[in-house]
Amino acid sequence: MSPFIKALLLCAAALPGLVRADAVQVAVAANFSAPARLLAADFEKDTGHKAVLIFGSTGQFYAQIKNGAPFDVFLAADETTPARLEQEGNAAAGSRFTYATGRLVLWSAKPGYVDDKGEVLKKGQFRHVSIANPKLAPYGAAAIETLNSLKLLDAVQPRFVQAENIAQAYQFIATGNAELGFVALAQVMKDSKLAAGSAWIVPANRHQPIRQDAALLARGVGKPAATAWLGYLKGTKAQAIIKSFGYEI
Amino acid sequence: MISPTPADLAAIWLSLRLATVTTVLLLLIGTPIAWWLARTRSWWKGPLGAVVALPLVLPPTVLGFYLLLLLGPEGMVGRFTQWAGLGLLPFTFPGLVVASVLYSMPFVVQPIQNAFEAIGEKPLEAAATLRATPLDAFFSVAVPLARPGFITAAILGFAHTVGEFGVVLMIGGNIPEQTRVASVQIYDHVEALEYAQAHWLAGGMVVFSFLVLLALYTLNSRAHRR
Repeated sequence: MSPFIKALLLCAAALPGLVRADAVQVAVAANFSAPARLLAADFEKDTGHKAVLIFGSTGQFYAQIKNGAPFDVFLAADETTPARLEQEGNAAAGSRFTYATGRLVLWSAKPGYVDDKGEVLKKGQFRHVSIANPKLAPYGAAAIETLNSLKLLDAVQPRFVQAENIAQAYQFIATGNAELGFVALAQVMKDSKLAAGSAWIVPANRHQPIRQDAALLARGVGKPAATAWLGYLKGTKAQAIIKSFGYEI
Repeated sequence: MISPTPADLAAIWLSLRLATVTTVLLLLIGTPIAWWLARTRSWWKGPLGAVVALPLVLPPTVLGFYLLLLLGPEGMVGRFTQWAGLGLLPFTFPGLVVASVLYSMPFVVQPIQNAFEAIGEKPLEAAATLRATPLDAFFSVAVPLARPGFITAAILGFAHTVGEFGVVLMIGGNIPEQTRVASVQIYDHVEALEYAQAHWLAGGMVVFSFLVLLALYTLNSRAHRR
């Protein structure tokens, strides 16, 4: 046997090891990447299964799932996309649940800039307010609702700079190009404290709850690792981790 | 039947304006750089050539992020523009132009540089023996001989700016009629699952760009044959 054939056979023998039967492929909305990493490590320790995380935007995942992407579980950034996938037969019926509820925060990188009641919005001494695109990002839609309920939308809207997602909305503020903006509490909180700058945690009654839903996708049905991962996410240990990042359940 | 919304049309118009302004500026800035790079024997040729090619290395959104830092209120350039009374560049059309000029620079400089290098010394020496000043020789000899290079440069610079997405997304802030260009608008449609709108806009852009490129290439090859 030639060395080349031998090498080929060796590769072929190694392949099943790469495609792990006990691994669950999880499509994770980018805003949940930090908690998801921690959860995946803990899940592996607890169950011996491996959670392979793929990060991206919810809209991009929708297109990929519709076109045969090899994901077993979807942790979306909203509740409408998983519902739509279920309706269209790409997710298992009845598998959806809310794994995290986001809190909106008005944040500035400057300490003392945002007061704890959001009065800074009324004073209007700023050039740019960063928000995530309300058409795409639930946090952006919640920001619009909040401004609407404060009767400030018309006054503030001309100063919007729109980001494609909340990660970019955060970058606009963190680099000082926007004085303040609406981002996720999970982005500015570290170990249950504000990591930097100043913030107003928007009261939950100012907008519809920002529910992030999970769904078991068609490919994950009957996979033990996928079932285990969803069970783990509903457990108290996972929920404590999720809460420590500024989410509610 | 889906038809373009006013927002789509505004985005297309903005893309065309941005690409035109960027291409004109790049030809003005890029030509002397390309000339210098083609002719110099200086030690600086290597380093400067590398700097011009650098925008190709970084992913566009990352490049956009660093531009945001640099042009922002804490950045070196941002401090200068504020000091000079120009205000801050991010989230404005001029900011998009600055970012696009940097990002598309290698696509304009390199074809022109190659064209200048291909001319060699001889035609310019001949011009000098006929008492042409260096400036005269440049405009009457070098530029006409390097014409194909200029056309390639203009096409690449224009097309690359129309298709640019990551950098304008970061620097622009997606403001309607100011910084929301067509590529960002298409991305928004796709992300919002408005596939019909996205198809229309993407299809329109592809057809339009194809026609423009076709016209330029046809004109260029005809001019060559003459």
